[in-house]
Amino acid sequence: MSDTTLRSATISVLVENESGVLARVIGLFSGRGYNIDNLTVAPVERDGSKSRITLVTSGTTMVIEQIKAQLDRLVPVYKVLDLSEGPHLARELALIKVIGTGEKRAEALRLADAFRARVIDATTESFTFELTGVTDKLDAFLDLMRPLGLAEVSRTGVAAIARGVKTIS
Amino acid sequence: MDGTIAPIELVNSGAEAVLRALKAQGVDVIFGYPGGAVLPIYDALFQQNEIRHILVRHEQAAVHAAEGYARSTGKVGVVLVTSGPGATNAVTGLVDALMDSIPLVCLCGQVPTHLIGNDAFQEADTTGITRPATKHNYLVKKSEDLVRIVHEAFLVARTGRPGPVLVDLPKDILITPAPYCEPASTPHRSYHPRTEPDPRRIEEAVAMLKCAERPIIYAGGGVINAGPEAARLLAEFTRLTGFPITNTLMGLGAFPASDPLFVGMLGMHGTYEANLAMHGCDVMLNIGARFDDRVTGRLNAFSPGSKKIHADIDPSNMNKTVTVDVAIVGDALATLKALITAWKKDATPSNRPALARWWEQINVWRAKDSLRYTQPREPGSVIKPQYAIEQLYKATCGRETYITTEVGQHQMWAAQYFKFEKPNHWMTSGGLGTMGYGLPAAMGVQVAHPNALVIDIAGEASILMNIQEMGTLAQYRLPAKIFILNNQYMGMVRQWQELLHGSRYSSSYSEALPDFVKLAESFHAIGLRAEKVEDLDRVIAEMIAVDKPVIADIWVDQKENVFPMIPSGAAHNEMLLGPGNRDGSGPTVTNEGMALV
Ligand SMILES: Cc1ncc(C[n+]2csc(CCOP(=O)(O)OP(=O)(O)O)c2C)c(N)n1
Ligand SMILES: [Mg+2]
Repeated sequence: MSDTTLRSATISVLVENESGVLARVIGLFSGRGYNIDNLTVAPVERDGSKSRITLVTSGTTMVIEQIKAQLDRLVPVYKVLDLSEGPHLARELALIKVIGTGEKRAEALRLADAFRARVIDATTESFTFELTGVTDKLDAFLDLMRPLGLAEVSRTGVAAIARGVKTIS
Repeated sequence: MDGTIAPIELVNSGAEAVLRALKAQGVDVIFGYPGGAVLPIYDALFQQNEIRHILVRHEQAAVHAAEGYARSTGKVGVVLVTSGPGATNAVTGLVDALMDSIPLVCLCGQVPTHLIGNDAFQEADTTGITRPATKHNYLVKKSEDLVRIVHEAFLVARTGRPGPVLVDLPKDILITPAPYCEPASTPHRSYHPRTEPDPRRIEEAVAMLKCAERPIIYAGGGVINAGPEAARLLAEFTRLTGFPITNTLMGLGAFPASDPLFVGMLGMHGTYEANLAMHGCDVMLNIGARFDDRVTGRLNAFSPGSKKIHADIDPSNMNKTVTVDVAIVGDALATLKALITAWKKDATPSNRPALARWWEQINVWRAKDSLRYTQPREPGSVIKPQYAIEQLYKATCGRETYITTEVGQHQMWAAQYFKFEKPNHWMTSGGLGTMGYGLPAAMGVQVAHPNALVIDIAGEASILMNIQEMGTLAQYRLPAKIFILNNQYMGMVRQWQELLHGSRYSSSYSEALPDFVKLAESFHAIGLRAEKVEDLDRVIAEMIAVDKPVIADIWVDQKENVFPMIPSGAAHNEMLLGPGNRDGSGPTVTNEGMALV
């Protein structure tokens, strides 16, 4: 009867920046068994009164519609926007520490250059790269770094926005 | 903001400010239990006369009492509990109200702000614990926010899909002076529930209903929540169309049960005609119900050939379990108004001949008389529980009667055999199925309607879950009646064990029961007992006649089961009928069904 194919959705949620609001959103996902593949949150108003949560989730179309409706009925939620319904931009930032010497170290630097990763810290045995891009690009870069001494990663999660003049508010 | 700033006045203490806000919200009674963290509010209550406080005997009961009050009046029920154990005791009641969409505000004490997080005495992370148990909750951290939050709590509780809202009140906030302001006249910043239906959806719905050959209206608790006028319009619309109508457990009373268009309750223990009409309909109008699993049975076999229209105030109910063809988001009252206008405006005649054939079919199903049972009349015969409810109904139907229930077989028999003509007269724990709901709920109803006849139809097991509230009945001279269908079993559990677990009655026998007559007497109430069929009417008459709380212990057939029954995992057309009414063996329960509750 209902469609069982899974799709991924990137959803932006504009919320009142009050204590407990993130717990409400996360509790909704865990309580109802929805997936969270990725989540970011930060204040976006100058006075700090509103925050924007970006969620990457997956499910059937019916489940994703449910997720949006459930988010929308939370009292401190201003707006829910399913960015994956239209053209949108998504970026993630990663800080990546690679430890090594010799040929591996040189290869890491060459690849970083090809990916336009910036070196933000270096010692004789290590590099820390900063890389921004879509999730897939970050994943690909990390795969390449793994044999070259990848030691540690810190990722921000996805920030996303609609293309063109469309806005969330 | 509209630019005008309301004059702000400093009130002596946060506690007084809270009471003032409650009065501004029209609160006349609260149900509560004191403790260290809420003593400032109790002190403020002591020094005023406008708000009545009903002291319960357990915080869970305070919440159910507020539910009974709310459901029988249409107002917001108010609860006051202390921090820690007071709050945790209230949790079951809050979830109950959440599941059944009952508007409540629960004020809860908390340790002072500077001790929060220190594992202080009677500290609990109340907002954390109750986040999934409420529609919304607040922790007041600053005196400036206190009154605004209390007002907002009422707004959130009563508007949109109603529900429980908790406000956690640290003790320092309650003793510090706090500014008072009137309820906001401007809209809430982020919370804007939709109440007016989209006119295009209404037109689509009417077009669909006009062409229907085998329509059905399926109405739920949302109609009751929308107020008595919504129930009146539901009756108007149903009579205008001539369509058959069924009610959910929560919706009983939304449409008069005596009306020939009413085909009874639907769902797991619904009537044969209601369930088969749901199964065989070609257009279904669901108004104020949520396709609950007790109603739908096996989802992939639910009303397979029908177009479905779903009108509900909560957008998250749309396409949650059942995919619908027309989704109308709005308040039931506004939706019914719009439907009536659009029905009258749309010149298309409805398909009368097809409707007549549909009614013929429904009447064939009706003739099956699926609620039939046999009560032997010879003196000494054991009382059939169905008969007890029917006699209770007959004895009370001329009066203003409110019925609450506990949870189990007795609840289903009450739903099947007591006929509700008006909304707000039936309170039962539908979504959560909370044993122990009925007595405190009856208390709340009786507080709201001091002169009405209020009866908790109970089971001997459930009643023990909040029996301490007999003390509250006595203290406030609330003459509520407890009508126990005493089958000496957790009957509903026993029924499932009989049907699904080879009659192995594991822990479902009600061993070591109290003597309910003596129990009543020890709580300053009247105790009555009916052991045989000839005792029943006399006990009912006596129970109604006395102006005191009564426990009527009605001994009923221990092995009686509730029929019809759609076993878990079965479809509407796979009903199990009562012993006198079976053609074949009935459905068997699949492994998947065994896993369901
Ligand atoms: C708080 C709670 N615990 C357990 C249950 C599971 N349960 C549902 S009905 C029932 C038996 C109720 O027995 P009784 O009150 O005697 O009613 P009867 O079914 O016999 O009419 C039980 C244990 C429940 N609904 N609520
Ligand atoms: Mg029982």
